[in-house]
Parts: sequence; structure tokens; C-alpha cells
Amino acid sequence: MKILVFIKHVPDTETRIKLADGGKALDESDFKYMVNPYDEFAIEEAIQSKPKVGADEVIVASLGPSRCQEAIRKGLAMGADRGVWINTEGVSDDSLDSLLVAKALASVAKEEDAQIIFAGQKAIDDDCGHVAPMVAELIDAAHVQVVTKVEMGDDKSHAVVHREVEGGMTEVYTAKFPVVLGAHKSLNEPRFPSLPGIMKAKKKPLREVKFADLGVGEASTKINGYALPPEKAPGKVFKGQPVDQMVKEVVGLLRSEAKVI
Amino acid sequence: MSKKVLVFAEVRNGKLKSTAAECLTAAQSLTGGSAAQLHAVNMGKGATEHAAELGKFGADQVHLVESPHTDTYQGEPHIQAISQLVEKENFDVVVGPASPTGRDFFPRLSARLGAGLLTEVTEVSLDGDTVVAKRPIYAGKCIADVASQTPRTLVTIRPNVVAAKESQAGGKVEAFSPSFDDAKIARCTIKEVQAGKSEKPDLTEANIIISGGRAMGNSDNFKILHDCAEVVGATVGASRAAVDSGYAAHDMQVGQTGKTVNPSLYIACGISGSIQHLAGMRTSKIIVAINTDEDAPIFQKADYGIVADLFEAVPVLQKEFQVILG
Repeated sequence: MKILVFIKHVPDTETRIKLADGGKALDESDFKYMVNPYDEFAIEEAIQSKPKVGADEVIVASLGPSRCQEAIRKGLAMGADRGVWINTEGVSDDSLDSLLVAKALASVAKEEDAQIIFAGQKAIDDDCGHVAPMVAELIDAAHVQVVTKVEMGDDKSHAVVHREVEGGMTEVYTAKFPVVLGAHKSLNEPRFPSLPGIMKAKKKPLREVKFADLGVGEASTKINGYALPPEKAPGKVFKGQPVDQMVKEVVGLLRSEAKVI
Repeated sequence: MSKKVLVFAEVRNGKLKSTAAECLTAAQSLTGGSAAQLHAVNMGKGATEHAAELGKFGADQVHLVESPHTDTYQGEPHIQAISQLVEKENFDVVVGPASPTGRDFFPRLSARLGAGLLTEVTEVSLDGDTVVAKRPIYAGKCIADVASQTPRTLVTIRPNVVAAKESQAGGKVEAFSPSFDDAKIARCTIKEVQAGKSEKPDLTEANIIISGGRAMGNSDNFKILHDCAEVVGATVGASRAAVDSGYAAHDMQVGQTGKTVNPSLYIACGISGSIQHLAGMRTSKIIVAINTDEDAPIFQKADYGIVADLFEAVPVLQKEFQVILG
């Protein structure tokens, strides 16, 4: 049995967004990249699940330009066995959308015949959360999103999965394999790659697949342009006065000026 | 141009979610003012009673699916029912909330129907015959103009952004009985729903939020936030620092790897305002910050700041809210 993990290389949280080409594009020249934080929970859960279900290997797959191999290497350094890179060099970002990405990743899932697939529940750049449920549909598997706990069944053919919903409620599902699980925070504590892990990762196999060879068709949505949100005017900060007085003043303003109370 | 639109009206624990009215209001921009073009679908036990409310916000017809499969939310039966309804009635667009439920099944529905999905949008409209929308990306640091490129389109609307407007329509109830594929449904079934501890609205739907950070010091101290929240009907949130220190549960976390919130009023108590926290709350309409450190980055994002110890300020805040609301 194989466990597959989908990960995405995303601009890090500190990234400043600048527009390029009059808002037709983003200026990505200063972007620094990292593994999407939710994907780290996915990698960790895959590694921990391997002995529980007696899986043969954990495979980390990512779609993107050349740099996304760094993300795959991080997954390998954490303990995954091998990588698959869907190379999108030369493919314009504008021609990709989540359904196309899901189709490309689904083709890897089918080829590897993975029984358990983990992914982050969403990526922090586009904030879509599309890929895990879309892949599940495309490979005709079950899916659970926003997963906070996974108990692998003794029969090695199902899992009991907790999913966080609103108001602190938890939905508990019984999901048969094959299953796609969208990892959320509190699922586990992702490990840091060890130095020997990083050294070993360099030698682990990484298979390259050309995106163009997958023939996944046309995108279903597109981005026409970008804008920056309007800057907020500086606020009113009260200090050095008695606390009672400052709080009273702010509550008064919340009613008279902001009109939110 | 106008589109025929189906709104997924979400029900949780027998109650119609406020997002149903928000989604119907947002969908008006797609129907070209033709009331007959706007329908809603309601799932689950006792959903009939919500039809009048949906009619009030513009639903001409309310398709009612009553089945043991849909009493409690499960993705697959919802997708089967809606995709069959879309084919039968030939809807151009399906609109729903970007709630945990909507975010769970819309992507899968998108792949099943081969329809482009515009997720968690704050505005939706028609550009000629094309469904276009605005959606925040990079944690609200940027707004993208997105467009569908397929004949059918799915849209989820960010909760708490669209102001619901009444627009009376028929609200005529039509029963719809999908043919369920039991084998497919059996692959992933709900075992139980564990109740949350709070009766308060979820952070993502809350109108007022009071959040505590690392300065709260321990979990017991959150009581002063809960007491204050009680007075104004607020939901209590927490920063990642407070959650990681064990002062608050993870479902209370606002920010990256937590929840993205859009309340009218966000009160940050003892929160420095890291970029990860701002990622989750920057779109709040009004932000109040209470912090002893006047250089804390949160003050740059706050509409109103109070440089003070939260343990002194919050009880006064509670008292002042009582005065003004009493």
C-alpha cells in the first residue's frame, strides 16, 4: 500500500505583495517560498500512518516550477521515501487553475495507486482549499476536509476521521480507502528535518513528470487582475490617561463614530 | 444577460444559517432582476419551515430534499442531490456559503460538474455573460478579480460580508427526490457530531469578537473576556501564541492556521499583532487594540487603541458596554 502526500510551495507569510504590469500580475521578484504550513501536518501524518497501516512507502508530490523541488526535498528530509515533481516550467500561472492542478495530481494518484492521500486542507496563498476534494472526486475516492484526528482501522481498509466545523463542533466520519484527507492544525506536531534526514533526502528518488505531457485540458477559471486593499487611515490611540477614561472614550466612539455598538 | 441561479441554503441543527439570506442577496446581481430565475435548495428535516424566510430574501422556488441521507450533513448525498437538481432545472450558477460545509462540498461538486469554482468571494457579478468575482488572496493582502470560463459556475460567498436585503419572492416549496447512489455514499459516512462547548456564533460568523493573546497568562484569565463578551453577544477568540501556550482551544484561534474572521468589531486584548494574526482578522470592519506595549504592531492596524493593561481595561470595557447597551 502507498501513501501519497500533495504539497505546495507558497510565498512565505511575511511576503509583501506588489503589483506589476498595471495590476495584471504580481511582482514576484522578492518572493521567498516555504512549504505551505497545512502541508507540513499532512507530511507528518503520512509518516506516522505508514507503520500503522503497514504501508510500503510515503510519496510526496508537488506541482510547480523548478523551485518546488525544494519543498519535495523537505518532505523527503522529514522522512518520506520518494518524490514526484510535476514540472510546470514554461507554463504560465494564468493558464492553471485548481481544477487543472487537481487533474494533474489525480493522474499521479492513479498511476501510483495510492490508497491514502494527505494534503493540506488549503494553501495560504490562494486560500482555495480545492485540491483535496477535487482529487478525491477525480479518482473516485472518499474525502474528508479540515481533519484534526485520524485513527487508522485495524482492517487497514478504513479510517475514523475527525473534522473541525463551526462553533467548536466536530464531525466524526468513517471513511473507506481510498481516501483523501485535508490536514488541519492540531492533527499533529510536524517534526523538523534532522541533519541526517536532510543528507539522506538528497539521495532519495525524485521522479519528474512534465505537466504538458498530462494533457489535462483547459482551466475552468482565471484571474483577470489584482488590486491592493485600500489602506486604512491611521487610528486613534489613547495613552497616558486613566484607564477608565480611555475605555469610556473608545466605547463612546464605537457608538457615535464607528456605529458598531 | 441573466443567469438561472440556485442558492444552497444551509441549515445547521434545524436552524437556517444567516448566510442563506446573504447568498440570496449576492445572487440578485446574477439574475438580471428576474425574480423567477432565483431558486434555493434546502436539505434536511423540517426544512419546509424555512421556505417563507428564503422567499423573503428573493427565492422564487425552494427545492426541498428530505431524506435520512441529508438530515445530518454529509458531502456525498449533498453533491448527488444538488448535481441532479442542477441538471433537471438547468441552473447556470450555484451559490453557497464559504462555511465549513460549503468549503467541503463545493470543490467536489465543481469537479463532478466540470464547472469553474470561485471560492470565498466578497462580491459577485456578471461581465457580459461571464460570472466574475472579487476574492481576497494572500490572507487579504491582495484582492484578485476572478472569472469563470465554463458554461456553469459555482460560487461560495464569504460569510458576514454581504449585507442581506429583503426582496420578496414566491418562496414556493417544491419537493425534490434525488436518486441516491447508496454505494458511493457508504464510502464515507458520518458517525457522530460532537457538540461544541459554546452556544455563541462561530468566529467566522460572529458580529463582534473579543480575542486574547499571550498576555492572558493562563486559561482561567479568559473568563474576563467571556464575561465581557456575554454583555455584547460577542464570540471569544485567541491568538496562536495563546493557543500554543495552552490557554485556549485551537478552534478559537484567529489567524494563519486558524480562522479568518470578518466581524463588525474586533477587540484584540494583549495581542501584539503578528503578521500571522493579522492574516486572519485584517478585514474586520473596526479593530480595537488593548496592549501595554505602545509599539505593538497591532496599533498600526487598529481604528482605536488603548495603551493599558488588559486586566484593568477589560472589566471597565464590560461596565461601559453594560451602560451603553443597558
